Amino acid sequence: MRQATSRKRVQGPPAVAEAHLPSFAELRRIAERVLKLSEADETEVTMDAVADALTRFANNTIHQHVAEQTLTISVRTVFDGSTARAATNKTDEESLRRVVAAASRLARSQPKYPGLLPMPGTQKHAKVQRWFEATAAATPQDRARAVARIVQRTAKEKQTAAGTYSTGATRSLLTNSKGLAASYEQTRAEFSITVMEEHSSGWAKASGADIRTLDPDALAAQAAQKAVASRAPRELAPGRYTVILEPAAALDIVGFLFYDFAGTAVLDQRSCLTKRLGKKIFGENITLWDDVTHPQQLGAPFDGEGMPRQKVLLVDRGVPRNLVYARGTAKKMKAKPTGHGLPLPNEWGEAPMNLVLEGGNSSLDEMVRRSERGILVTRLWYIREVDPYEKIMTGMTRDGTFLVENGRIVGGIRNLRFNQSILELLANVEMLGPAVRASGEEAMDMVIPAMKVRDFHFTEVTKF
Amino acid sequence: MLQIANWALDMAKARGATYADVRVMDIRQRELSTKNGEVGTCAESESLGIGIRVIANGAWGFASTDQLTKEGVQACAARAVAIAKASALAKTHGVELVPEDVHVDSWQNPYIKDPFRIALERQLALLKAADDEMRKVKGVTLTETGMVFRRIEQFFASSAGSRIHQVKMQSGAGMVAFSFANNELQKRSYPSSFGGQHALEGYELVERMDLVGHARRVGEEAVALHSAAQCPEGARTIILDSSQLALQVHESVGHPIELDRVLGMEANMAGTSFLTLDKLRKLRYASEMVNVVADARLEHGPGLGTFGYDDEGVPAQCTPIITAGLFTGYLTSRDTAAMIGEKHSGGTVRGESWNRLPMIRMTNISLLPGTWSLEDLLADTDDGIYMETNRSWSIDDKRYHFQFSTEIGWEIKGGKKVRMLKNPSYSGITTEFWNSCDAICSRDHWTLWGTPNCGKGQPMQSMGTGHGASPARFRNVKVGVAFSS
Repeated sequence: MRQATSRKRVQGPPAVAEAHLPSFAELRRIAERVLKLSEADETEVTMDAVADALTRFANNTIHQHVAEQTLTISVRTVFDGSTARAATNKTDEESLRRVVAAASRLARSQPKYPGLLPMPGTQKHAKVQRWFEATAAATPQDRARAVARIVQRTAKEKQTAAGTYSTGATRSLLTNSKGLAASYEQTRAEFSITVMEEHSSGWAKASGADIRTLDPDALAAQAAQKAVASRAPRELAPGRYTVILEPAAALDIVGFLFYDFAGTAVLDQRSCLTKRLGKKIFGENITLWDDVTHPQQLGAPFDGEGMPRQKVLLVDRGVPRNLVYARGTAKKMKAKPTGHGLPLPNEWGEAPMNLVLEGGNSSLDEMVRRSERGILVTRLWYIREVDPYEKIMTGMTRDGTFLVENGRIVGGIRNLRFNQSILELLANVEMLGPAVRASGEEAMDMVIPAMKVRDFHFTEVTKF
Repeated sequence: MLQIANWALDMAKARGATYADVRVMDIRQRELSTKNGEVGTCAESESLGIGIRVIANGAWGFASTDQLTKEGVQACAARAVAIAKASALAKTHGVELVPEDVHVDSWQNPYIKDPFRIALERQLALLKAADDEMRKVKGVTLTETGMVFRRIEQFFASSAGSRIHQVKMQSGAGMVAFSFANNELQKRSYPSSFGGQHALEGYELVERMDLVGHARRVGEEAVALHSAAQCPEGARTIILDSSQLALQVHESVGHPIELDRVLGMEANMAGTSFLTLDKLRKLRYASEMVNVVADARLEHGPGLGTFGYDDEGVPAQCTPIITAGLFTGYLTSRDTAAMIGEKHSGGTVRGESWNRLPMIRMTNISLLPGTWSLEDLLADTDDGIYMETNRSWSIDDKRYHFQFSTEIGWEIKGGKKVRMLKNPSYSGITTEFWNSCDAICSRDHWTLWGTPNCGKGQPMQSMGTGHGASPARFRNVKVGVAFSS
């Protein structure tokens, strides 16, 4: 896979394969035109240029293969304490005039926005390098060749593969009439694969800014091995079990905590941390950060108002210590803004978007070896909140669920439904692996370790 | 739009496409919300672009762009063909399409009041009045209201000659009251949860809801739930209100009948389906009184799955899905229909926007009404639980095992609702559940609900779907497991 992209680079590819992503200079020119057209007290312009492509395969064939190119121009105006937003994807003069007029009309048509602060001026943002030519230059042929190689192998093993291989690039600019200018560019690649046999399946997925850090062949091999190892799954009675959650499984359930750390969520009394801040509710081994500058994280180093995202210690050795705050929320809660605000106007306030859960030194093998009886979980699915304050989540295991007995994996089991409190889960973590960038389906990608957890609550079993 | 479409079709053909279709879409949206009586979101957006789908070398390719100059559109069409040819590098069989007539037509859903012409001040005032009314109830700690309007104009053209212009106007609104007390967060929503009710209608839909008139009750019930008894655990008779049953239909009928899922095309993310091909016209899906259709026609109602033509240019139609309990039909597209030997597509293909590949999506998947009045059904139930308004939902990746919880429940004893229950939940296996249905209420209690945010596909697409249902009774259902210790 990496061979294909390096070959392309030698040939001198365009900045983004077969798509035109506007340069920052082009984006700035559009922003300046918008600012000139606005008669508002204050004006903010946010632009996101996106060129994404995705190769999708199933039944060992590419069945969907897509590419998109978009530019969104979003304008926020302020008139006498009222604010509103309008967006367009057209850059002609008339459309820009119309989007400014729409944002102005909406702002003037409503009462004053509560607690609206003046737009921030110039800010200093952390420097992050998340643009990789190898990713930007990946072509449909590059992705298709990698998929072809993998599905030929799975077909030969009489297995069936389904998955995606995507690459993309984003260039964003946020500027306002107070002189703030924040820019960010990023590439992203992702490979996900499910390998199926008649009564079993395995799954693996990875993502990152640099396509050369992905190894689709290795991920495919991992998924194929899980499909083999989980053949003829047996049924296990529901109950409380020790579980070993691989990083993606840990991500998909623990990631549901993210909005609970928003100042607004606590202010609104809908966070599970309401009345729990400063209390030791998790295990001593749980320390959680939000850190946009972490080398395995992606995302812009500024928030929806252009404020610099700060590194925030959310949980310190089991104790939730800090929340994140947009500027407006910080003022209401007498705290300092942390640069996590969502684009205004909104009712949600802010959210941590770059969670990093500190890891430990235990390998997955070691967790298995040190388990008398338990369940190894590859992936969780369709997770939904059952109780928002106790943070009970329900969902299913999927694509590789194994019984562990006497320190070894003894075979696949039928998938189980869980109803499990995340608060309880993070109080019951016995072992942690090294923190890695994990990618799932239910929560945002985060940096998180595999974890061994006691007394995980499985309530029912399904038919496969 | 015709000229833009022709640029794309001509270039696709010149580059070697054996089939091509394009959708030029112009989407306008207004979104308003309040929280605790103050404006939350106030935004409008517009998005115009083209999506080009081609078959070349026997494989699919799709590209989209918002650069609608001749050069931009032609480059996009050339790119779609190049992508299709790349797809052919990993191809086990060539794409085949079932035949479809050429259609040249125009269609628009009827509506009375254009929501974009209603003054913003009036819309915000209505939301604020409902919000204020909920907050008058002591113990309500958080209130939210919202409205969303969407106008979708699209022009479909195919290399076969179809030219179809459609305009859909969509409206939706809802509200929710939260109450946090005694380390417990309860909520009530109206008219349904997660955004309320949405339909292919104008502002008249919002006016009919009478948000303000229902606000006080919503707040009072949210607070009263703290004092209610916990929903018991065990096997019970349950009656589901129509909005919860609509979601049950969506998850345990609508998704498993998608033929692309059945054929493994969604296996990596959304999953597959227990409804394998051998089960068609053989599986006893439900009890005999259960009839479910997939109906995109306007005569079914102004649902979010109503249209004139789907995004492959296939006319809206009604497909029997469950007929007197028997499984009788899938949701199909032109290529998947060909794979299973069907002669025509069921006309269920839609894309969220111009930049998304159209795929099989639920239309209006509706449980047809029965004969019972709700009053008679309650009176006929000696010992049961009536559950209203979805709070959480989850189902496995083959759509066998589900668990739902609702915002509120009512214990039924001797044919009467005797007390409120909090944290109701139920779970089961899809076919066992549907076979336990022994009563369905009549059309008087039937509502065509809109689910505005059904997720599917990679990259993810959000789509509006419709689900008609009236309250129905199910026997021997497992309840309360979600909160078991």
